[in-house]
This record gives sequence, C-alpha cells and structure tokens, in this order.
Amino acid sequence: MSILNNWINKGRLKSPWVVHFDCGSCNGCDIEVLACLTPMYDIERFGIINVGNPKHADVLLVTGTVNHRNKHVLKNIYDQMPDPKAVIAIGACGLSGGVFRDAYNVVGGVDKVIPVTAYVPGCPPKPEAIIDGVVTALEEVKKVLGLTA
Amino acid sequence: MADIIIALIAVILAPIVGGLISGVDRKITARLQSRFGPPILQPFYDVFKLLGKTPMVINSWQVLCAYVYLAASMLCVFLFFMQSDLLLIFFVLTIGAVFLVMGALSTPNSPYSQIGAQRELMQMLTYEPLLILVFVAIAMVTGSFKVSDALAYPKPLLTQLPLIFIVLGYALTIKLRKSPFDISASHHAHQEIVRGVLTEYSGPFLALIEIAHWYEVIFVLALCGLFWATNLFGMLVLLVITYFLEIIVDNVSARMTWRWMLKGALSVGLVLSFINIVWVYTAG
Ligand code: SF4
Repeated sequence: MSILNNWINKGRLKSPWVVHFDCGSCNGCDIEVLACLTPMYDIERFGIINVGNPKHADVLLVTGTVNHRNKHVLKNIYDQMPDPKAVIAIGACGLSGGVFRDAYNVVGGVDKVIPVTAYVPGCPPKPEAIIDGVVTALEEVKKVLGLTA
Repeated sequence: MADIIIALIAVILAPIVGGLISGVDRKITARLQSRFGPPILQPFYDVFKLLGKTPMVINSWQVLCAYVYLAASMLCVFLFFMQSDLLLIFFVLTIGAVFLVMGALSTPNSPYSQIGAQRELMQMLTYEPLLILVFVAIAMVTGSFKVSDALAYPKPLLTQLPLIFIVLGYALTIKLRKSPFDISASHHAHQEIVRGVLTEYSGPFLALIEIAHWYEVIFVLALCGLFWATNLFGMLVLLVITYFLEIIVDNVSARMTWRWMLKGALSVGLVLSFINIVWVYTAG
C-alpha cells in the first residue's frame, strides 16, 4: 500500500494539470499564461498540461479582477475540481484587484473568494514567473502531503 | 495451458508497455515540435496522480461504464494472446467502445459530453467496417478467423495484403484517436470540445479509461504484428515503423470534421480493401 501511495504522491508533484480561468483580465496576464504553453517555454517538460476542464485539473490559474458577477463562476469552477488541488492567483489584479481595485464592482483579490496557494505578482508577470508560481504551489502541496525533509 | 499463461502475462505486461509507448510517443512528438518534452514515465505519473484524486461522479452509470471499458480492453488483449477468434475479439472491442459512449451519454446536462459521444459513434461507424474487412481479408488468406492460424501462416501476411495493411492503418489512427481523426476526444489539443467523451470523467475513473487506452494500443499493435508473424525481428521493425508513421501523421495533420473522416476514411478504405480482396481471390 505504501508503494502505491509513494507513486501517487510522486504523480501529484510531477503532473500538475492546469486549467486557466480569466476573471475579466485586460488580456495581458492571459497572453503570458498562453505563452507558457508555446514550445519556447515548453511547460510540458514538467508534466504540466493545459486542460480545458476543471474536472481534470489539479491547478487553477486565475487572472484578472474578481468582480461580483464572476465570483460565483470562479467558486463553481473551484468546487468542480477534485481534491487535492491548488490555486494560483496571477498578476496584480488577481492578487488585490490591481488598478481596478477601487471600482464599485470589484471584490478584490482571488483569495476573497477561494483559498489561494501561491501568488504571482506582476502586471503582467513574465512566463518564467508563472512557471515559478506553479513550482511554488507544488512546494506547498509537498508540505501538505508531509513530504518535505 | 501454455496459452493461458502467455495471455495472463500479456494482460499484466500490457499496461506497462502501453504506458511506456505513450511516454515515448509524447517525447517524440515534443522533439518533432523542437521542444524538450516530458519524461518517458510521464503517463505513469499522470495515471497514478489521477488514481489518488477524490472520486467525483455524475451518476453510478459512469463508474460502471469506465470499469466495463477497462474490462473489455483487457479481455481483448487476453483473447488475442490466447490466439482466439478474431471475430470474437472484434465483438468484445465493440462492447468496450459502446460502453464508453454510454457513459458519456448518461450525463444529459453536459452538451460537451453529448457531442463527444455522438462523434465517438461516428468514429466507430468509420473504423468498425474497415476492421471487419481487415479480418475478412486475413481469413481469406489463412482460411480461418483464428489468430493461431494467422500466426502459423508460412509467409508474412503483408506480402499478400499490403493494401489491407494501409486500411488497418486508417482504422488504427481512428481507434487511437490520433490526428486527423482525433474528433471525439483530442489527444493533444486538450481543450477541443473540452475533451469530448472524457469530459465528465474525472479522477480515478479517468485513470481507468487511460489504462484501458493503453490496453487498446497494445491490442492494435498486436493486430499489426500479425502481418509479419513469421519472425520476431521483422514484426518488431514493422511495428516500430508503423507507430512512428502514426506519430508523424499525428503531428503533420490538422484535426478534421467527422464528415470528412466518414467520407475520406470509408471511401479510401473500402476501395483499397476491395482491390486487395479481389486480388487475393483471383490469385488464390
Ligand atoms: S495584472 Fe496587469 S496585465 Fe494582468 S490583468 Fe491586471 S492589468 Fe492586465
């Protein structure tokens, strides 16, 4: 049984499938996320695959400001992902609402609605920073699984 | 008795080999796109991770369907290595595919799943007649539908059935859901109709389907192996070339519509197998 558990834990660290949700970003962060998928950055070498379906995903990448209209959608997507899962908030907007934080319809950061595992600052963040965010989230997952020395 | 032991060993080894093949497949695909690509063991990481996730199901039908699909593909491999009847294997294969479609159809509120299921049915409609023709041609040459007779045939079947092998290649590409026929659940563009038939499966049940897919890879490769059964080395070369061509075609072609698939694959397949069968008939 412990061998099986070992393999499962290994898989959890080596195959984070991401789903990308855009809470009304200016498209800057989105393009950077998509840049990660190109052969230039080739995130597949870390086992990362961009799936379009929260039911298959392990990591939720959120870009843009959360507002009162889309916070339900965000929560819904989060709830559809089977455990264990992680959330990465991307860009100044995802962290705090960014330049839009004072707008009347803006809730604020992603963490006002769902728990966030890792934050990637920047406006927009570089693809390297986003990949780094996924790696940091995996470190968090390691801690939760009790795999850190 | 020896048959059963060989078949059991094949059933145990098939997912390991199948997983390695799909790992190599992903690596070669990545290299063809001048990427570095995931490690060879990546498919195993994926499946183990999926096995460890919390099960979430829409209804109990889905669970049953995932298990039956896995069982049917395992049975296919088992029967093949038992050197059983090709027609029997064909029926078992069909039952597995039908259950996969049933599982996708059992979620009436999910349009993606419904569309995926309908496209999967179209795919079945395309590859099943071709597969039957391949089996009929093998039977015409060897005199029976038995795998054991095909293996015992003194000459490589490929010398008599070269066109039929191309038809099998078509059926194989559709069955393995590779471009240009990855219509119901795309292998590379994972967002294509949000993975079609596989949309509503998640966690451990998705893992079961993935393992079943590995069994199917092994089964279709074994089927190709029949065409050069006279010596092991020839068989291996044939399989490597076939699978490599499969990967190349997968990479150079775009996704097509199901109408194009139905027209293209069926017409070419029917004509090629007709020519080959007439040729065997007149020559033999
Ligand atoms: S953080 Fe900057 S780039 Fe990203 S969505 Fe907000 S404004 Fe656009």
